[in-house]
Amino acid sequence: MKKGKEWIKGLWKEHPVFRMLLGMCPTLAVTTSVINAIFMGVAVIFVLFFSSLIVSLIRKLVPPQVRIAVYTVIIASFVTIVDIYFKANFPQMSKALGPYVPLIIVNCIILGRCEAFASKNRLIPSLIDALSIGIGFFWGLVVLGAIREILGTGRVLGIKILSASYYNPMVVMILPAGAFLVLGGLVAIMNKLEGR
Amino acid sequence: MKELFQIFISTVLIHNFVLSYFLGLCPFLGVSGKEKSALGMGLAVIFVMTLSSSVSWLIYHFILVKLGLVFLAYVVFILVIASLVQIVEMFVRRYSPALFKALGIYLPLITTNCAILGCVLFMIARDYHFWAAVVFGFSGGVGFLLVLLIMAGIREELNYADVPWVFKGASISLITAGLLALTFMGFSGLLTS
Repeated sequence: MKKGKEWIKGLWKEHPVFRMLLGMCPTLAVTTSVINAIFMGVAVIFVLFFSSLIVSLIRKLVPPQVRIAVYTVIIASFVTIVDIYFKANFPQMSKALGPYVPLIIVNCIILGRCEAFASKNRLIPSLIDALSIGIGFFWGLVVLGAIREILGTGRVLGIKILSASYYNPMVVMILPAGAFLVLGGLVAIMNKLEGR
Repeated sequence: MKELFQIFISTVLIHNFVLSYFLGLCPFLGVSGKEKSALGMGLAVIFVMTLSSSVSWLIYHFILVKLGLVFLAYVVFILVIASLVQIVEMFVRRYSPALFKALGIYLPLITTNCAILGCVLFMIARDYHFWAAVVFGFSGGVGFLLVLLIMAGIREELNYADVPWVFKGASISLITAGLLALTFMGFSGLLTS
């Protein structure tokens, strides 16, 4: 039961993007299209999962004074792995995401989970927590990317949704300003649903 | 000289770190409630950003490239930034306890401020020479301070506005930022490339 609650927390109740507003820079920067959002989401899940794993395993060995530095180096190593993997296998995507893949290092979600959860809990709960937050982040990115891509270009993943005959694409939605506006609207909808 | 000036204008106004690269949004949404703390935060970022941009340039070109250790770049950059932030923190605590109190948690947070690491990464990706890297770091900080101050002013006014409850808090800040980004798009004609 308790574990079940840990799961749901990251997926909805404490959603990293819409409720906690963490990890804003990749959220807004790469969600110009769904495919970018998927790649970024997968990268974050990978880094979050493996950093939580390591942090949880070594939590008794790290002196508290240097823990942030240690966590950052662990995260940076996994981000380097992802970055090199993307560069080798998906050069197109690597170019599209640009410096936002290495910027996962300073994503507050990952350091926040390592510091707040994985450093204090045993291995299995830490991994469940990492997965739930990661998947929550993933669907947040995909929703944001889908809205922006549909409104901005009328198509999603190359499939036409809104025909040009009756819909004039709002280019502003795939520009930076649109990212702020869409996310602001989604946060408001989330507030309404939660009835805070 | 002309090139450096172009980098300055383009980084401060046209490709502003906050409004067009979304770098440094956490402090932007968190600290910008008061003009005074916005000013302190902005100045700290200018300082750290200029330093980390130039120090990282030197380390990257004279150590990592020479020794073929480019794959270590991210780990090295984040360590350089973390140590610089530590130095600035000690400096502020020693010379301005009031400012230190006002900034509170946000000073150590500069370490995880994406703007600093983002600046270093963009600087490497664009292959700037040394002085361009210094100017790029400085103007990135100036742009950050500028937007932070504008936002703080708007937020102070927003306190008296009648905002529907669903939009209160983060939501209205994001929409304000969106409108600000739209306004800054007007600068994009300043430079013809």
